[in-house]
Amino acid sequence: MTGEAGMASSSALVSAADHDDHADHKLSFVQRWLFSTNHKDIGTLYLIFAVIAGTIGGAISGIMRLELAAPGIQYLTWFTDGNLDASYHLWNVFITGHGLIMVFFTVMPAMIGGFGNWFVPIMIGAPDMAFPRMNNVSFWLLVPSFTLLVASMFVEGPAGFNGAGTGWTVYPPLSTAGHPGPAVDMAILSLHIAGASSILGAINFITTILNMRAPGMTLHKMPLFVWSVLVTAFLLLLSLPVLAGAITMLLTDRNFGTHFFTADGGGDPVLYQHLFWFFGHPEVYILILPGFGMVSQIISTFSKKPVFGYLGMAYAMVAIGFIGFLVWAHHMFTAGLDVNTKMYFTAATMIIAVPTGIKIFSWIATMWGGSLSFPTPMLWAIGFIFMFTVGGVTGVILANGGVDTYFHDTYYVVAHFHYVLSLGAVFAIFAGFYYWFGKMTGKPYNEFLGKLHFWVFFIGVNIMFFPMHFLGADGMPRRIPDYPEIFAYWNNIASIGYAIMGVGMLIFFLNMIVSFAGKRRMEDNYWGEGATTLEWTLSSPPPFHQFETLPVIK
Amino acid sequence: MRWHLRHFSYLSGLALAGAARAQTDAPLAAPIEAVTVTELPASGPSYVAPDALFGQPNGGWNMQTPVTDIGKEAYSLTNYIMNPMMAAVAVLVLILLAWVVFRYRAAANPVASKTSHNTTIEVVWTVVPVLLLAVIAVPSFRLLANQYDPPKADITIKAIGHQWYWEYEYPDQGGFSFDAVMLTDEESAARGSPKLLDTDNRVVVPVGATVKVLTTASDVMHSFAIPSFWVKMDAVPGRINETWFKVDRPGVYFGQCSELCGTKHAFMPIAVEVVSKAEFAAWVAAKQSENGIEPPAAETAATTAVEAAVEGPAA
Repeated sequence: MTGEAGMASSSALVSAADHDDHADHKLSFVQRWLFSTNHKDIGTLYLIFAVIAGTIGGAISGIMRLELAAPGIQYLTWFTDGNLDASYHLWNVFITGHGLIMVFFTVMPAMIGGFGNWFVPIMIGAPDMAFPRMNNVSFWLLVPSFTLLVASMFVEGPAGFNGAGTGWTVYPPLSTAGHPGPAVDMAILSLHIAGASSILGAINFITTILNMRAPGMTLHKMPLFVWSVLVTAFLLLLSLPVLAGAITMLLTDRNFGTHFFTADGGGDPVLYQHLFWFFGHPEVYILILPGFGMVSQIISTFSKKPVFGYLGMAYAMVAIGFIGFLVWAHHMFTAGLDVNTKMYFTAATMIIAVPTGIKIFSWIATMWGGSLSFPTPMLWAIGFIFMFTVGGVTGVILANGGVDTYFHDTYYVVAHFHYVLSLGAVFAIFAGFYYWFGKMTGKPYNEFLGKLHFWVFFIGVNIMFFPMHFLGADGMPRRIPDYPEIFAYWNNIASIGYAIMGVGMLIFFLNMIVSFAGKRRMEDNYWGEGATTLEWTLSSPPPFHQFETLPVIK
Repeated sequence: MRWHLRHFSYLSGLALAGAARAQTDAPLAAPIEAVTVTELPASGPSYVAPDALFGQPNGGWNMQTPVTDIGKEAYSLTNYIMNPMMAAVAVLVLILLAWVVFRYRAAANPVASKTSHNTTIEVVWTVVPVLLLAVIAVPSFRLLANQYDPPKADITIKAIGHQWYWEYEYPDQGGFSFDAVMLTDEESAARGSPKLLDTDNRVVVPVGATVKVLTTASDVMHSFAIPSFWVKMDAVPGRINETWFKVDRPGVYFGQCSELCGTKHAFMPIAVEVVSKAEFAAWVAAKQSENGIEPPAAETAATTAVEAAVEGPAA
């Protein structure tokens, strides 16, 4: 879709490094898109992948919200020839699939693989990523990984039923003794491959950012989006191997008679929870940190002001990443932890609110005194700030171990993490998408449809997720396909919210059709004086290879 | 809360009919060996009709009314300290956002300032949140400490999670045990209980007694939860976890399994009936004779337990 190449003339810098350079314009479709080594093409592939996976993950949640619109089982049995037990299991497969798809195949590929690949090299003034071939491997590992996960839904899990119904956490013994069929093995392999993909990507980003900054681009001059990807890459590099170890032990428990997580062989199911959440908590910061970075760029651009408290913003992300490794057991407050352990994890978790607060207030201070304009990306960014705040304050409540006794595993938790992810991370993705759409494609998006998308989506997700706080407070557990009738009122409203959100997504796809059909070329810096990072010095879309002469940052 | 139901009757009418049909076609069967007691109106107390205001969800936006001291303490902390503070933070952010959007829109402020640092304000918005968190931390730690500092237990029950029902054991009363399988919709209706929340056999405990609950599981993880008691403890195979509650109000209280445990995770509820000392003693005696437990020794145990239970709170 980005089309042209055109940098036939080559500077000494690039031609010495890259023999293929002269063949830019002659790349066949297979060469360009299957054997891609160009960070922008790979970023585009990641974005397309994330849209496809996100559509599947979102459709699954649509079936879930439809089923929950009223008590009883109405729709799940359509997929199971009327078999009620099979439909209950199908529910568990759906919640598992929705979670894994949204985390590993939508938000991560969009933020890190998509926007990270596209804009980190450009923002630091580098011609490409440090390891272009490995970059291609990172992307193409995701495809078999996603295929395995989707295919696992169609092979046997528990006796007689298809798919892994373990939840995205894959807790044993449900994922071992409870799922004798190969579905969980396929899901585990899927996670292994996705993890390998992300670790390779993380190595690539760290190497690129630390070694390939243009002259004068010191760490303390890097755009905050680059900072956010750097911190994220370290989190990935340090946390994913722990997940890999945990699910490898799960795999050997399942297939080779080991007893890491089975008590009757001397193991401990709670050990898995510690390992999983030692990965899992940093993972949720992996999902949101690049969003922090994007929102910082966007708020600054449309305020026509530099980011307020730049160093504080950068080191707040470093602090969030660091503390993020020290709070994992707040996901396990009802697992039977010792009281002192609970006190520590309560305190450590609440401390994260401090750097997060610094970021929220600094964004507002960036706007303070600015000259604000409100095109679509700015709306998403401001929406992000408020929705993330709401998700953040419910996080402070959940951080308290004694209070979490009540809220743990209820819909309150579902509300909390969808406010930070579905309304936080996803808002940031849309903000970035609209912000850079013209840069990536050279075409303008439709401003009216973009704003309509924002408002419909904003209203829809709030109607969908806010009542979940009430359901959780009233005691409704997570992960159930049917519920006592008294929960019907708020569930019904939440499902109506989904329908509104769905309309918002249709507007988004319509906008994409309209915008891609357009012809008009965008200027280099179509956002004007507020947009100061290096991507705005390049054409829209940027040349196939940028910065053949390295820019010098003053 | 009836009016809630009326609002979406256009949808739920069909749905409820569908639910009832589904439940009848395939009643949720526990494994055969699990169903030990078949006659529903078992000996002991007749099944207390639930009170819509206690021990079950009420369809509103607030937490269930707490009926234990821990529950009341935690409820106050949540509703009177944390929720107002957190709401204030969210509203403050909203007001600030609204103000900057209005005051600094390009039309009102064509030339942007260049300010990008202000050490004072940065210190303020770092230190003030720390202080707010400290205010929360003090009662929060107290709550955690109190949860882990129960009075001496008057009676112990063991809750064992199975796919997909709970088994309860009374080690102090001769060690009898029974299974608690979810009622069908018809059976729930007959008892006046909400659907999906009541079980054929309920856990019976004396009022005012400190009840120690040991949780474990036989197959996969489950979680023993009763919201109105502010109790939730995972049941992990091969481990025994401990929690406790002390309820001063007779009645029946419901909870649901709160850890994903497979196909019928949604259908293994928890029903606890809190009864008077005399009713508890009669129930224990009936259970003992049902299980062929020696009356003298067992009776002593039961009596001791109940006396302790009733002396406990007074002392």
